[in-house]
Amino acid sequence: MTQTVCLTKYSKNCGCAAKIGPGTLNNLLEKLPEFHDEHLMVGFDKSDDAAVYVARDDLAVIQTLDFFTPVVDDPYLFGRVAATNALSDVYAMGARPATALNIVVFPKDLPAEILGEILRGGADTVLEAGAVMAGGHSIQDDTPMYGLSVTGFAHPKEILTNAGALEGDVLLLTKQLGVGVVNTAVKGNMAGEEARKEVLRVMCSLNKNSAECMKAFEVHACTDVTGFSLMGHAREMALASGVSLRIQAHAVPLIEGAPEYARMGLIPGGAYRNREFCGEDVVLSQGISEEMNDLLFDPQTSGGLLFAVASKDAEAALSALQAANPDTKASIIGRAEALGDAHIYVDD
Amino acid sequence: MKEVDARGLSCPEPLMMTDEAIKEGAGEFTVLVTEPFQRTNVEKFARSKGKTFTSGEKDGYYTVTVHA
Repeated sequence: MTQTVCLTKYSKNCGCAAKIGPGTLNNLLEKLPEFHDEHLMVGFDKSDDAAVYVARDDLAVIQTLDFFTPVVDDPYLFGRVAATNALSDVYAMGARPATALNIVVFPKDLPAEILGEILRGGADTVLEAGAVMAGGHSIQDDTPMYGLSVTGFAHPKEILTNAGALEGDVLLLTKQLGVGVVNTAVKGNMAGEEARKEVLRVMCSLNKNSAECMKAFEVHACTDVTGFSLMGHAREMALASGVSLRIQAHAVPLIEGAPEYARMGLIPGGAYRNREFCGEDVVLSQGISEEMNDLLFDPQTSGGLLFAVASKDAEAALSALQAANPDTKASIIGRAEALGDAHIYVDD
Repeated sequence: MKEVDARGLSCPEPLMMTDEAIKEGAGEFTVLVTEPFQRTNVEKFARSKGKTFTSGEKDGYYTVTVHA
């Protein structure tokens, strides 16, 4: 019976496509008072994935929270996707998640079993991550939302930020793109069966194995690719690192059907906001198709990790990532180079 | 001429309504949307269905007239 409720009908935007645009957000954050604490290694001035607080010389605490409206109709899978997405920020910082708290908004006119399934999806994912579910907070309102607040730990030396990419580094992306576009096609009943299955596989795939296997290699920077799109997050990495990133569009892995759905205009509003925000700081070569252009700015829900690794380790790291995650398509997508006029260049 | 009023709706609803109008054989019709990006999406959809169209603005909304 839980399958009969179409959860996505309750949300105007879905998943990370519902993020407030980066332009709007930055303008507001600039007006807030500045906080200074020598122990705060990463705060929101860095546009990184999570906050990092160095509690002791040998212990960094990572805090993050993430929640959104339903991306899929199945409540259990919605729970899984939201939790996978929330945990991802901890992995992107090179840390291990330890505790998780549920964040719940749920309408009173929906059966409580639906909420039970959402929570079960979240709990199973936290279990898979090897963390513990430690509590939560719930609110009654018209639009269902779910996510987690996650606390993780790492040695301060293990922390990966988006700021360390060096000239010559190779860029590895661990998941295929097109989540926002394919989810829009699913919502419009225009997606094929293969695309439906693949987008779920991508969104439910925990970034745990990728993060763990990369510890064997010389990783200089990492971020997860979510609502601000590959272009938006890659640009943040380039800005923070003081380099330009050159990406090969043909090497960027895509979800089956995503180019076709983009051609049909099944594009979330967030993609347009992301492109506008990046402006002339992202330079796309003339040969890039309109649909690829749209997919590069497509907001991802529970997307992959983007690593900048020493070039000597690139091939071995790629093999390790592919072996660690048979469900997703890890790929080498470009390189970091000396800072040019723009932070991102995309060749066809 | 038939009007497909998708104002205030979020994606992909304007495209679903456009699809329906094409399938119904509505002849020439105009789709009204709230956001400029929705107009771009409707244009892409019409093009993918082999249709020609004219885009415009009307009373603060965005329009795409899909030709028969």
